[in-house]
Amino acid sequence: MTNVATDKTPAIEAFSLTKVYGSGNTEVVAMKDVSLTVARGEVVALLGPSGAGKSTLLTAIGLINPPTAGRIVIGGQPVMEADRALVDLRAFRRQHLGFIFQKANLIPFLNAVENVQVAMEINDMAPRAARQRALELLDYLGVADRANNLPDALSGGQQQRVAVARALANQPSLILADEPTAALDSHRGRQVMELFRKVAHERGSAVMVVTHDHRSLDVFDRTLEMEDGQLKNGSKESKP
Amino acid sequence: MNLAVRDIRHNLARFALTTVGIGLLLMIVMGMGGIYRGLIHEATLLVDQVGADLWVVQGSTRGPFAEVSRIPAKLEDRVRAVPGVAGARRFVSHTIQREHRGQPLRMVVQGLSWPEDKGDWVPLIAGRALRQAHYELIADRLLGLPLGEKVRLGKDVYEVVGLTRGMVGSGGDGLAFFTVSDAMAVQFDVPGEATRLERASRLARLGHLDLGRVTPLLSERVVGSASELPALGPPQVSAVLVTLQDGADQARVAATLGTWPDVTVYSTQEQKDLLLSGMVDKAKRQLGLFRVLLIIISTIIMALIIYTLTLDKIHDVAMLKLMGARNTVIVGLILQQALLIGALGYGLAYWLGTFAFPKFPRLVVIETPDLLSLGAIVLGISVLSSLLGIWKAMSVEPNKVLS
Repeated sequence: MTNVATDKTPAIEAFSLTKVYGSGNTEVVAMKDVSLTVARGEVVALLGPSGAGKSTLLTAIGLINPPTAGRIVIGGQPVMEADRALVDLRAFRRQHLGFIFQKANLIPFLNAVENVQVAMEINDMAPRAARQRALELLDYLGVADRANNLPDALSGGQQQRVAVARALANQPSLILADEPTAALDSHRGRQVMELFRKVAHERGSAVMVVTHDHRSLDVFDRTLEMEDGQLKNGSKESKP
Repeated sequence: MNLAVRDIRHNLARFALTTVGIGLLLMIVMGMGGIYRGLIHEATLLVDQVGADLWVVQGSTRGPFAEVSRIPAKLEDRVRAVPGVAGARRFVSHTIQREHRGQPLRMVVQGLSWPEDKGDWVPLIAGRALRQAHYELIADRLLGLPLGEKVRLGKDVYEVVGLTRGMVGSGGDGLAFFTVSDAMAVQFDVPGEATRLERASRLARLGHLDLGRVTPLLSERVVGSASELPALGPPQVSAVLVTLQDGADQARVAATLGTWPDVTVYSTQEQKDLLLSGMVDKAKRQLGLFRVLLIIISTIIMALIIYTLTLDKIHDVAMLKLMGARNTVIVGLILQQALLIGALGYGLAYWLGTFAFPKFPRLVVIETPDLLSLGAIVLGISVLSSLLGIWKAMSVEPNKVLS
């Protein structure tokens, strides 16, 4: 597969990430000594059984659940040192990250185009320009005809496409998706996965997807597998 | 993009109901203030309208409104003799409740010092001032008496010759202007049987006295009219109203009258202060406390509603935080809704009040300064009520989206 990214700086570099919940007798190690690198424009699947630590890793890299130990560098910029933020996390998320979850999590009182537009307005884009770009993104994802519909009026697949459009809105260098196809049928699920590949390859964003869906693994450039809080093969990356 | 407006649009029915509820509460708060202003207006209306410079009342009393004052009618002649006095009028005022056409008729009987005062100063909306010494009255519209209506009060029948609007006593009862002698006749009217019994009683009391036994003619006098017994005569007028000559020194005239041991003198402002500090003060405090309670209740209700609205969208707030929204975006979402509820509720209160307040039995006066201060209070409670919701939204972590 072709990687169009020309910048050699990795999208993500994670060094020895560890996450521990509780302490003493109640201590639970959710993630232990995980290191990985994801290049720009690369689409990576993160596999593993429930409780393996996939979501913990994803949310740590997504700067919403800081690790207990380790270091995170995104786009060459160090952002977390253990649980200490090295940047304004909210501003960094706004400018560099895009999120997609199992549920689309669209804001129910905004219609489809507004759900995309709001992400850009939050990032200080002028409303008119934000709306124009939101419409373009919806068109790109094939849901432009539902732009003025509230989320309630959209199917699950349409909602997820709008969520993808929202994640792409600020042209993030990294898109994190946590089981984005779990609520979709296999056809729709595959469409979404292919969409990620298209976005990564055409726009140069790195995409990291937590998934249980083994039927679409051929879509990904690389597959990582976690078990008991660690990347398999001693936290080494592995090609499928 | 205004998130607050879009959220409201999505929950329009709930928002509208909330606004109506807050609006009704604020209307009551507004009305309470208006009733208080109305009380002041009604209490001081007559003092203002009657146009006296000084009020001469019974010595050591705070009459004639705050307490009963009785002075002889002839006092006006003494007052006229004081240098600087242009004129003096007798003033009679008392409240009666009679029956007219099967309905209770409550009015403040106001005596005009005929023939000097025919009621020309009374602001008429229909009819005319008094033209004869007896059996005419000018009635306020509040009494429900049309022009030409005949009203029996005591043994006499009086005709309504003029109508006023908004002329009420300190208790909110409509004023009725009579000549002083008619006002006194109405006040001191006694049924014939009561008069006969009183005369018999006087005769019996006289029989127990030496004076009565040795002065036979006295027994003939005591069974006559009470007015023929100067020492036993009824109290005459409530006050004498003094009008000063142009350029006269009010303080000097008041000081001169103040040297008389049988009277007390008040300026118009002092008379108003007596009314406000005595009769209106308790009502003011009562209404004030009630307003404070209603404002607290409004704040609590608004806070609970804003908090509930915030709880409903806590997941969306977490999503906005995850997307990197600044705190100002989230605070703005909640605060704008609170302010919108407050502002619309306030507007609704004012609009509803324009229909409701004129139908209140007591005068409701809504003044601009009161509206402005209530507006500031509404702004304050809107901000205050949003704090709970803002606190809740601020405490939400972005990873709540994952739960």
